[in-house]
Amino acid sequence: MKKIKVVSFLVLLAFVFTLTACGGNTAKNETKETKEKVFVFAKSGDPVGLDPANVTDGESIYVTQQIFETLVKYKEDNTEVIPGLAESWETSKDGLTWTFHLRKGVKFHDGTPFNAEAVKFNFDRWMDKNNPYHHGEFEYYGYMFGGYPGVIKEVKVVDEYTVQITLKTPLAPFLSNLAMPSFAISSPEAIKKYGQDYFKHPVGTGPFKFVEWKKDDRVVLERFDEYWGGKANFAKVIFRTIPDNSARLMELKSGNVDAITDINPDDVETVKNDPNLQLLLRPSMNVGYLAMNTEKKPFDNVKVRQAINHAINKKALVDAFYGGLAKPAKNPLPPSLWGYNDEIQDYEYDPAKAKALLAEAGYPNGFTTTLWAMPVARPYMPQPKQIAEAIQKDLEAVGIKAKIVTYDWATYLKKGQNGEHELYLLGWTGDNGDPDNFLYVLLDKDNAKKGSASNVAFYKNDKVHDLLIKAQQESDQTKRAEYYKEAQVIIHNDAPWVPLVHSTPPLAAKKSVKNWIPHPTGSECFFKVDKDE
Amino acid sequence: MVNYIVRRLLQLIPVLFGITFLTFMLIHFIPGDPVTVILGEHASPERAAELREQLGLNDPLYKQYLKFLNNLLHGDLGRSIITHEKVLKELATFFPATVELTLAAMFIATVVGIAAGVVAAVKQYSWFDNLSMLGALTGVSMPIFWLGLMLIYLFAQVLGWLPPSARLSIEYSVPTVTNLYLIDTLLAGNWAAFKDALAHLILPALALGTIPMSIIARMTRSSMLEVLRQDYIRTARAKGLGEAMVILKHALKNAFLPVLTVIGLQFGYLLGGAVMTETVFSWPGVGRYIYQAIMARDFPVVQGSITIIALIFVLINLIVDILYTVIDPRIRYQ
Repeated sequence: MKKIKVVSFLVLLAFVFTLTACGGNTAKNETKETKEKVFVFAKSGDPVGLDPANVTDGESIYVTQQIFETLVKYKEDNTEVIPGLAESWETSKDGLTWTFHLRKGVKFHDGTPFNAEAVKFNFDRWMDKNNPYHHGEFEYYGYMFGGYPGVIKEVKVVDEYTVQITLKTPLAPFLSNLAMPSFAISSPEAIKKYGQDYFKHPVGTGPFKFVEWKKDDRVVLERFDEYWGGKANFAKVIFRTIPDNSARLMELKSGNVDAITDINPDDVETVKNDPNLQLLLRPSMNVGYLAMNTEKKPFDNVKVRQAINHAINKKALVDAFYGGLAKPAKNPLPPSLWGYNDEIQDYEYDPAKAKALLAEAGYPNGFTTTLWAMPVARPYMPQPKQIAEAIQKDLEAVGIKAKIVTYDWATYLKKGQNGEHELYLLGWTGDNGDPDNFLYVLLDKDNAKKGSASNVAFYKNDKVHDLLIKAQQESDQTKRAEYYKEAQVIIHNDAPWVPLVHSTPPLAAKKSVKNWIPHPTGSECFFKVDKDE
Repeated sequence: MVNYIVRRLLQLIPVLFGITFLTFMLIHFIPGDPVTVILGEHASPERAAELREQLGLNDPLYKQYLKFLNNLLHGDLGRSIITHEKVLKELATFFPATVELTLAAMFIATVVGIAAGVVAAVKQYSWFDNLSMLGALTGVSMPIFWLGLMLIYLFAQVLGWLPPSARLSIEYSVPTVTNLYLIDTLLAGNWAAFKDALAHLILPALALGTIPMSIIARMTRSSMLEVLRQDYIRTARAKGLGEAMVILKHALKNAFLPVLTVIGLQFGYLLGGAVMTETVFSWPGVGRYIYQAIMARDFPVVQGSITIIALIFVLINLIVDILYTVIDPRIRYQ
């Protein structure tokens, strides 16, 4: 009989377990905070760390964008550079000395003042491998400034609110680089206090201060009342980590979160049709492309390259693999960047014209080649294999038989750098919103060296090279934009690529969310965002 | 008995040694390293080489392995390459979440599974038997992520009874002591938060518990059927014992041994393999932690956490073996 009692007790316990749990929700509502607005934002991944200088992933940067500020920053909806913690700046004629005049009366969240010393402290920490606070890889510093210390020679405190940065060689994208979230200014006192653990205790000057980070669950931020720019609309911003795309959307529909990222292409319609939700598109700062190895026959012939440009139906790719939410690309640069040449007319989709060009080039019956497809989904190309298959069909229609080839990611990249391929799918996500970061990296002859090429079309044009170098040495943005526009015309005519798409990642929010302007760089500060209660 | 336990614990040493060696080799032999993952398209050979040097990946493999073993012996699992946090510290937050989920899942699985199995065996070929075994078959075959999404859809979205994801509503925050939220909320004396944590636990526990529940039910049924045909059951009935007594005391107790084995094994699997459930329900547990680490080739995390999980798996098996003697006094360990 004892056993029966035990079993009945267990069953009873199970019931109680379920019942109390169901009651849980009602109890929760009673204790809900009232009045103060809270913004709950759900993303697919947890931050890696919260030290802005040491992270490169979007999940971390989204959070640090709220806590930190940079000397200069990007405009609300494009990558033009405007004043941030520095109110103004000037540069010497030779482009080597940059003087920044800092904003006064700015405080870090720990109460310490923001000043020239603090700026110098941060630069020294990033630049110098032997600095006692150089904990971590400082990935973006090394990458954007060419190593440690790289192109920066010295950072000097002129007076409390003036700081002078001297470069070894001119660097046109210098300002664009400084606007990157990685070069946000941290509180020196906090870095000294937390040492190696600073990534868990971020202290900046931004509109929200850090409160709590429960790993893989949530990051809680609170309004910083002494923010120099005024008070944010939200008393709290909470980032939640909800890895599954469908579960995340359900949380939004149930009203538990205010906004989400990373929506399945199939769910876009659901969001559009829901009267309580709104769909937002993040402007693209990437490009997915098909590179043609111009060192290999028959791709050394410009007519063949132009023919392939005419043969591929980009619109169909966008509709089939991006849920219609991407822009067919006509330039290597995404349209959100200054310097984008909108006057260029894309090669229209025209298989007959493609065939005629192939005949002119001496290939009336087409040819056989290989088409390399990436093994992994990337932001600019969520389904590379399927896209390769669609391109394969387009090519077949004009007589080109392409065999699809793929390797694991690391091998794929390596073989691409070695130039072992013929047709090669790849893409690029911009770092600093500067055209140089696309055109020079991807299409200049300097970067077409076998074994380390990032110009995987191995496209070498001296005129393009001259223009890109001139643009690098010029500090006037209007002039630089002209050079880039000219370079895009030459690149268009030489057609080393088929620029395929600029993807525009969809976001969803409750209808009540206002003033949210998604930024092309992938994240933005929620200072001005608001919602109706 | 004590001798036996000591001997089993000593046997752990070569087992763990083997596991660390295998894990180390496997993770290092799959293509790609953390550097490829971190740099992606931006990987210039100079940057990659520099980063490899920084991360200590240029040392020969045997040196890296010996270094890992040496640190392990000093109780140091190293720091994550990606997050720079101590692996042990990260495990201390992720592991309790999985333990809590696994305990709840196994609780549901055991109670329901055994009860269903016993009734199905006693009433063999009845509608209950057919129905529950059909249910068990479905349960074993159902993809967890699909079941999870359906549970969320029904109980969270349509009925609105239970929260769809996470461990605690954002309104609540309790000081971390054990990282088992049911305990932490009670320690904080926050009754509302406790109920909230419990509510968050139900759906994922149900999803995770379905497969072991089905396996336990089927195991209990077949084991019970075998025992019920034994002579001593006939004898017990002939003695005039009540049916409940016959089934629970004589049959179930004897049929329990294989069931216990299954429970022990399932428990171990759940501890390491709740990746799907943890993903669907945004449960910040160790399964997803390891999965992400493998994808990022975060070597110290993969090595460290798999070693710890293996250790626990082996310990659970030991406990099960000891429990055998409690349930079946005929079993003696020398």
